[in-house]
Amino acid sequence: MKIVDDNPSALTALDRPNSYIGRAVPRPNLRRLTQGRGQYVSDISLPRMAHVAFVRSPHAHARIASIRTERAKKAPGVAAVVTGADLAKIMTPWVGVLTHLKGLKSAPQFPIAVERACWAGEAVCAVVARSRAEAEDACELIEIDYEPLPAVTNAETAADPATPVIHKELGDNICFERTLDAGHVDDALASSDAVVETTFVFGRHTGACNEPRSIVADWNEGEQRLTVYQGTQAPHMMQNLYAKHLGLAEQQVRVLTKDVGGSFGIKVHSYADEMAAVAISKLLRRPVKFVADRIESFVTDIHARDHRIKAKIGVKKDGTITAFEIDDLTGVGPYSVYPRTSGIEANQVVSLVGGPYTTPNYRAKARVVFTNKNVMSQYRAVGHPIAAAVTEGLVELAAAKIGMDPLEIRRRNLYADDAYPATSASGLRFEKLSHHESLAHLDAMMNYAALRSEQKRLREQGIYRGVGFASFIEVTNPSAAFYGVGGARISSQDGATIKLDAQGNIGVHTGVSEQGQGAEAVIAQIAASSFGVPIEKVRVVMGDTDNTPYGGGTWASRATGIGGEAAWQAGKALRANVLALAGAMLQARPDALDIVNGAVVDKGTGNERLSLAELARVAYFRPDTLPPGIQAELVATRHYVPRAWPFAFTNGVQASYLEVDIETGFVKLLKHWCVEDCGTVINPQLVNEQVRGGIVQGIGAALFEQCLYDERGQLLNGNMADYLVPMAAEMPDIEVGHVVSPTSDSELGAKGAGEAGTAGAPACVMNALNDALRPLGATPLTDMPFTPDKILRALGKV
Amino acid sequence: MKPAPFAYARVRSVDEAVALLGETAEAKVLAGGQSLIATLNMRLSAPPLLVDINGIDGLEGIAHSDGTVTIGALTRHVEAERSGTIAAHAPLIARAMPHIAHPAIRNRGTIGGSIALADPAAELPACLLALGGDIDIAGPDGTRTVKADDFFRGLFETALGPCDILTGIRIPAASKNTRIGFAELARRHGDYAIVGLAAAAQGDGKGLKNVRLAYFGVGSTPLRQPKAESALSSELNGKSIDAAIAALDLDPPDDVQATGAVKKYLAGVLLRRVIKQLMEPLQ
Ligand SMILES: Cc1cc2nc3c(=O)[nH]c(=O)nc-3n(C[C@H](O)[C@H](O)[C@H](O)COP(=O)(O)OP(=O)(O)OC[C@H]3O[C@@H](n4cnc5c(N)ncnc54)[C@H](O)[C@@H]3O)c2cc1C
Repeated sequence: MKIVDDNPSALTALDRPNSYIGRAVPRPNLRRLTQGRGQYVSDISLPRMAHVAFVRSPHAHARIASIRTERAKKAPGVAAVVTGADLAKIMTPWVGVLTHLKGLKSAPQFPIAVERACWAGEAVCAVVARSRAEAEDACELIEIDYEPLPAVTNAETAADPATPVIHKELGDNICFERTLDAGHVDDALASSDAVVETTFVFGRHTGACNEPRSIVADWNEGEQRLTVYQGTQAPHMMQNLYAKHLGLAEQQVRVLTKDVGGSFGIKVHSYADEMAAVAISKLLRRPVKFVADRIESFVTDIHARDHRIKAKIGVKKDGTITAFEIDDLTGVGPYSVYPRTSGIEANQVVSLVGGPYTTPNYRAKARVVFTNKNVMSQYRAVGHPIAAAVTEGLVELAAAKIGMDPLEIRRRNLYADDAYPATSASGLRFEKLSHHESLAHLDAMMNYAALRSEQKRLREQGIYRGVGFASFIEVTNPSAAFYGVGGARISSQDGATIKLDAQGNIGVHTGVSEQGQGAEAVIAQIAASSFGVPIEKVRVVMGDTDNTPYGGGTWASRATGIGGEAAWQAGKALRANVLALAGAMLQARPDALDIVNGAVVDKGTGNERLSLAELARVAYFRPDTLPPGIQAELVATRHYVPRAWPFAFTNGVQASYLEVDIETGFVKLLKHWCVEDCGTVINPQLVNEQVRGGIVQGIGAALFEQCLYDERGQLLNGNMADYLVPMAAEMPDIEVGHVVSPTSDSELGAKGAGEAGTAGAPACVMNALNDALRPLGATPLTDMPFTPDKILRALGKV
Repeated sequence: MKPAPFAYARVRSVDEAVALLGETAEAKVLAGGQSLIATLNMRLSAPPLLVDINGIDGLEGIAHSDGTVTIGALTRHVEAERSGTIAAHAPLIARAMPHIAHPAIRNRGTIGGSIALADPAAELPACLLALGGDIDIAGPDGTRTVKADDFFRGLFETALGPCDILTGIRIPAASKNTRIGFAELARRHGDYAIVGLAAAAQGDGKGLKNVRLAYFGVGSTPLRQPKAESALSSELNGKSIDAAIAALDLDPPDDVQATGAVKKYLAGVLLRRVIKQLMEPLQ
């Protein structure tokens, strides 16, 4: 892949001397990680630590008639065998609901199945042993009698009266429903020149993190305190959950998150087996480790997508889009995932369809049903890739129908760049987006006109290439509107504490966390810039509920926009404290001073007056020399939460250029472009890599990834050989460009960038594919992933 | 994903290996370990003993003499991939090598392991079959040679007995009339093929003789196609190529990457592509 130079426009408000804002500063954690000195949960080994392995249900749905553990208990190295009933005595079950998703219901879930296993892969019994190998050996000695129950595996019929109800007490298999009706859809469709109707299908897929989920739980009976080392995105949320379900005060729980090998939304949920590991530590009063292996990961890490959407668009001959209509169905597994629920993806789909366009007429219906497959919940870009594929797929099908260029139909319907603030048909509020400028930038960057003539020329030689686009919007910087209002103790605010040490260095303690995105680098850049020190003098501390301000963690593209703003404000506050002290020491007015490059300087001339090291020396060791009444305060904390807007929407547009081998149905990706607007760009290299990585995951959805289940609820391809994650050799060069519309909710103006790539990529790959095949009269492909099988069928070859 | 307990023995000679295999039922030979260790870790198999043959001298290496290329069982994929001898005298193998897995796996995986494992979607068994090679085996009753045509018996089942060691393979060296063709379709580079075809023939300037087609990924073993081969060996034109495709005797089962019907259709596409290669003389 090529690193494309981008030039974010000058950032006057942030343009402090020696600012790191807008610069590709290397990550501070790079050396540690590349030298193999990272510390992942797997690297942690505590005295008396035992290992947990689980026996998992081979059935999608079964009553657990009996569990015989005698032989396993006597096996070498075994410390304990623990069942669901054992843990139910010390840990309360949970129910994944949010009150603002009205009507959403779920059943109590236990750390280990009690009486009934509801999906193939659910933990049914745990073995605790000296080593993981011994624990696995003993798992083979546990005898479980299952009475198989009928498995609900087809979302289409899950809510039918004839289908067995998974949780009797819920009355039916419906988890959540939402409808929306804006404007006058029927009239609009009736007055359209053309209506296109089709069904989109999105394969179930998962995050496949490099590092699987992992946890070390250490209940200290003497301290009455639980320390949990966990690869999580949300340490404070987990602290709350462990305390709540073990009946402890939050103070009794410390969650430590060191290096994490990727998350993508997989590691922002509670998992029954991790809750079990924590409960087992408390039960046995010793540290235990559980590291999910790859096979377990496939059947327990949350899955996502798996939507079937019937969709309709109306369009006039002049390209005006008159209406959108969707009917979404998704099957989420037997439980709504705690605490973020399994209703959010469908909810997002309803909110986001049609989002880039001014069309006021929009009707949507979404139904979320329970099934006996692995649970589904939020994964990178929740709902966005689905909404974008439906919207953009419809827009390009409509354009083809009326014979209009796909960029032209967008120009005629996207919100104008001066139309803000604006509210979408579904009620989304946009502060400032830049659809048209982004589109113009993309058009130039990809040299669209030249591509079209190349495409035409090659078609005459029997080479079928296609160009496809996707405009998109992305939810970032969520306020309390996302989870807090629904009753979940998931913090939308975040804090930063900055401390000046005795040598003039600063430590930044932040509530956001790092799983590989570069959050550590971004926080360091921001703090260095706002306080005024070289970045080498900044140390970032994250992932420790004992030592960081209360915060939400890193998800929903919030770390930079929210955690970064808190760090920016904390840096400013500490600067003010330091300058007040320096003023007293130098007998100068604090507002005539500044901090630049680690020294107090005269604001106008930049002449150095006092190094921070000297100031700190006096403050900490010779405070007796300070004028009377002067107390140095060299620690400052600030918090931030977006208040003016529920979300800082970003926008962008992507394009894909690909070639289809019409004999084999194989697709070769030739090039991919993305122009996105995440507001202030703190670190262009990290933003570009977020966009590229996101696009690769989106390409995975479009072409490769799918958790394939049979009708009995068995996952057929739960390993890295059969579940195809996208790999480098098949990926195209990805060029990234930026338009910058900062949010005025924060001083920094940064919005999120972590999900933009994933949001738009599947849509534009689908559109490019259909563009390539259109001259051959192929039925448009709308069923992801687009495998050679499906493409050959669309071409009528098989 | 930890293997069940097993004993481990590192042997110094083929005889020692054969003897040890005879002493413990279900013992397994460990070569590069790239396939075996994965099955152990997933507990798909739990042999009581692994007999590590990596310490046996003389089981590796590539040689060319008297019209035959010999490849020792312990020769790593990477050595074959980079070998000038293979490039010059066994060009079909050379063409297949980059399709086998990824560099890290090719550094450890062995040629003998590939043939002994006989994964139906693997490249080398099909190449060996297309080339009409021989497999050298050492067992409790001494050494013997089995023709590739007789070696692959069923799914992961070969002419190797439980106490046999595959010591090497031999293939006829390419001559100036040798023609080869190789093509495979895999979703990602390095994956096992959805369908693949290795082919060899003699070209006399006009048509092809002794065409040998070996498909992989479409059955439980690599599969020769005698009817299609003879359709191509008589004369070579659009009609005979269509006839060869119609004569393909394949009934691939569905798998998670493709349906059987698609595999069968793709086998025909590959045949057309491979015939084009067979028509080109070697450089
Ligand atoms: C991710 C991945 C992708 C792969 N992709 C491909 C691919 O695309 N194509 C492909 O062909 N292969 C592929 N492989 C397989 C790889 O090439 C194999 O490891 C190799 O083929 C087997 O060789 P080995 O030396 O590792 O054998 P081992 O794993 O050591 O042994 C394999 C089997 O053969 C037996 N065995 C080995 N040597 C002998 C011998 N000399 N005598 C008797 N029995 C023996 C062992 O007992 C065992 O049953 C892939 C592997 C991985 C992990």
